[in-house]
Amino acid sequence: MAEFNVTINGEKRRLEVDPNTPLLWVLRDHLNLPGTKYGCGVAQCGACTVHLNGNAVRSCQLPISAVADNEITTIEGLSENGDHPVQKAWLEHDVPQCGYCQAGQIMSAAALLKNNPSPSDEDIENGMNGNICRCGTYTRIKAAIKSASDSKLV
Amino acid sequence: MSKVKTGMGRRSFIRNVSLASGGLIIGFSWLGCKRAAEEGTEEMALEMPDEWFELTGYLKIGDNGIVTIYSPNPEIGQNVKTSMPMLVAEELDVDWNNVIVEQAPLNTDVFTRQLAGGSQSIRQGWEPLRMAGATARQMLLTAAANQWEVPISELSADKGIINHTGSDRSIGYGEIAKAAAKIEVPEEVVLKENSKFKIIGTSRKNVDAKEIVTGQPLYGLDVQLDGMLIAMIVQPPAFGMELKSMDADEVKGMPGIKDVFTIDTYPEDMEKEWSDTTSFPKLVVVVGDSTWQVMQAKKALKIEWDLNTELTKQIEILEKSAGLSGSGGLENTDVHYSLMAEVGPKKSEMVRRDGNPESAFKNAARVIERSYSCPFLAHNCMEPMNFFANVTNGKAELLGPIQTPEFAEKSVSKRLGMDLEDIDIQMTRMGGGFGRRLYGHFLVEAAVISQKMGAPIKLVYTREDDMTNGVYRPAYQVTYRAALDGNNNLTAFHVNAGGISESPLFANRFPAGAIDNYLAESWAIESNISIGAFRAPRSNFIAGAEQSFLDELAEEMGKDPIQFRLDMLKRAENDPVGEENDYDPARYAGVLKMVRDKAGWDNNSSTLNRGVAAYYCHNSYVAQVLDISLKNNDPVIDKVTCAVDCGIVVNPDAAINMVEGGTIDGIGHALYSEITFKDGATQQNNFDSYRLIRHEEAPKKIEAHFVDNGIDPTGLGEPPFPPVQGALANALYKATGERFYKQPFITQLRNAGGDLKT
Repeated sequence: MAEFNVTINGEKRRLEVDPNTPLLWVLRDHLNLPGTKYGCGVAQCGACTVHLNGNAVRSCQLPISAVADNEITTIEGLSENGDHPVQKAWLEHDVPQCGYCQAGQIMSAAALLKNNPSPSDEDIENGMNGNICRCGTYTRIKAAIKSASDSKLV
Repeated sequence: MSKVKTGMGRRSFIRNVSLASGGLIIGFSWLGCKRAAEEGTEEMALEMPDEWFELTGYLKIGDNGIVTIYSPNPEIGQNVKTSMPMLVAEELDVDWNNVIVEQAPLNTDVFTRQLAGGSQSIRQGWEPLRMAGATARQMLLTAAANQWEVPISELSADKGIINHTGSDRSIGYGEIAKAAAKIEVPEEVVLKENSKFKIIGTSRKNVDAKEIVTGQPLYGLDVQLDGMLIAMIVQPPAFGMELKSMDADEVKGMPGIKDVFTIDTYPEDMEKEWSDTTSFPKLVVVVGDSTWQVMQAKKALKIEWDLNTELTKQIEILEKSAGLSGSGGLENTDVHYSLMAEVGPKKSEMVRRDGNPESAFKNAARVIERSYSCPFLAHNCMEPMNFFANVTNGKAELLGPIQTPEFAEKSVSKRLGMDLEDIDIQMTRMGGGFGRRLYGHFLVEAAVISQKMGAPIKLVYTREDDMTNGVYRPAYQVTYRAALDGNNNLTAFHVNAGGISESPLFANRFPAGAIDNYLAESWAIESNISIGAFRAPRSNFIAGAEQSFLDELAEEMGKDPIQFRLDMLKRAENDPVGEENDYDPARYAGVLKMVRDKAGWDNNSSTLNRGVAAYYCHNSYVAQVLDISLKNNDPVIDKVTCAVDCGIVVNPDAAINMVEGGTIDGIGHALYSEITFKDGATQQNNFDSYRLIRHEEAPKKIEAHFVDNGIDPTGLGEPPFPPVQGALANALYKATGERFYKQPFITQLRNAGGDLKT
């Protein structure tokens, strides 16, 4: 067990856990931020995607000891009122079916658009390929990303 | 307009009132209630009311006119949490923007069939849910008529306001709700004519969408309550094995670990429900403070496993009798395929026979015979199996993702020896179901663990636990034979289908009824690998196989594949063979004609690599045309055009979403997914070894078209899944010149190598 000070969604949080604990479980079990989902634990499904200094990372593979001073953003902190352009586009297209993977999809999409505000279809497919949706909402996700990109608000 | 019996008494909603008003020991406040309309929109003028009044048990009305509708059935992503309350709201004549939707707990006194399965929620909820809305409306109108002392026939209601035609008087539902709650429940009510629908048939957004996109806790895995411990299981590493010994001393001393023990979920003397399927009733359990700590403890456990010879002996005998060498009763995939090819068909039993198929085959000028097979599949719900249980003080509180709460309650009652009244089950939104959560062993496990610990626990499966736990879609095989006479007429049809460990045959579905001489046979091979319903059970394989065979048959006969099917359906409609046919040939033909038209089949089919398929299951008809091309030997699905007849479409945009998802899911599993076995162990245990379809592999475009026929609604969660596999195989043939007989198709496509037409 060791003590860690981390910045999550702009808020300083202090906690005591095993240094090897992945950020995913710190968020879910210790910081009451269950929006980041567990899907595979081996960085293959993308359900646990968060932002580390604005870049998409798989929180299931990031030990809390490696977070250090880096800024972490989770789905709960992506926007103040759930009005990030990607979230708005997701609502406009009514993307979710079961919805479980969507937090990870949205975090990947937001990071993709930040780095590439006008992605082509191929850019979207490549950028999103690490996020699995078992319900098969891929075509809607692509349409929503295009809407968010067109909104020029990213 | 139809009159229906309400069948509701006072008692039916009294229990629901107690539940809804905090009858549970723990108030699961985080489950919250969902505004139907998106928050912050202008329409959302009304605040939360000061007082609620229950009407019918299906809904309650606030003193300011806000209406809460309880959604009875489990939500697994099929969107019933939005579309079922829409049915109630329609007959209630309420403004959808003033509706709040709450997931109902299991309550068999009020609700019927609180189950997610068989694509039946809307079909079977169609009348009861509208009836509930109409009943409440009738009570509100009666109360208003009494207050104004006018005949009820002079009153009308619109968007939650009751108007009197003889005067200018009007009153809101909220103002009259208190009086309405005291009105006797009417014995029968009148339902609207379809032409009067204002909500049904209009697109309404997912009531949970805002919570989903902002990461609010909705799912079983998100449950976090004070004093709750985390429990995980360790199961045998192979089907046919069991626990021999365990050394837990070291692990019990690890940080955060509370206990390590074994449980028997289903003791032999327990009377089981159909849903109590598991290969591993005896489990090692680790309980601790946090998920990561318990995961580490699991890995550190020293466990010895042994053959469960009671299980393995039978398999060994079966394999030896077939001259196959297995692994002492531990199953292997190559042996499975040998058994299906050589042993299964010898065990065939006739299920249906029309005319004289034997004679027709004997006299045939040509016989075409083809065999198709598919592997086991894991459901892989993105949210792994889990459940919260608090079994203390003689009560059981259970909360989590379950498709069959009513059966699970009975199982817990029998397992723990508790009365049903002492067991409460609440359903969370589920991170996928696909049939996996019909089998509630994980719920029973959670209850047993909580009882043993005397504390609330959340049972969590890792992805590996989930994927290697069984309850798989079975491996299937089917052989089709067609007899052609000298003039290339189809004279007989033979289907022989089986699997490990069930047959996928539907003997009375098309093309039964369209051919004079028809023979359907079935067989099954026993196995220690547990199986279960997987999205469109049995159809999820046999539809694709049958539609591939019909495609090949049409080609052999020199016919257009759509016209060939239409000709057969015409025969089935005008002069059906047999009386047991369980499909409507006209509706079947309807979706084929629609997809032919929408896909431009007659104009584009020579230039595109396209395949067609159509199928009937879960009371609905779906036809699909799939266009494919190949890029560096990788399949690129350019477009899928879908024609669907599921009767009235309750929530059109959500229905399109379901068709898109089912189509992608069907393609993905046929192309990429498989579970294989070596010495009884599942060889895939996570998404690095198990392939699910991904973004870049999804169709570039999917079109969904619906037949508008005003027929009462039927299933939609499953029907788009099966036929697309046939359309895919038929399109792959056009692209490669090869027929695809064995799923997953990607294996053959990779082997096809350089011969591909691009």
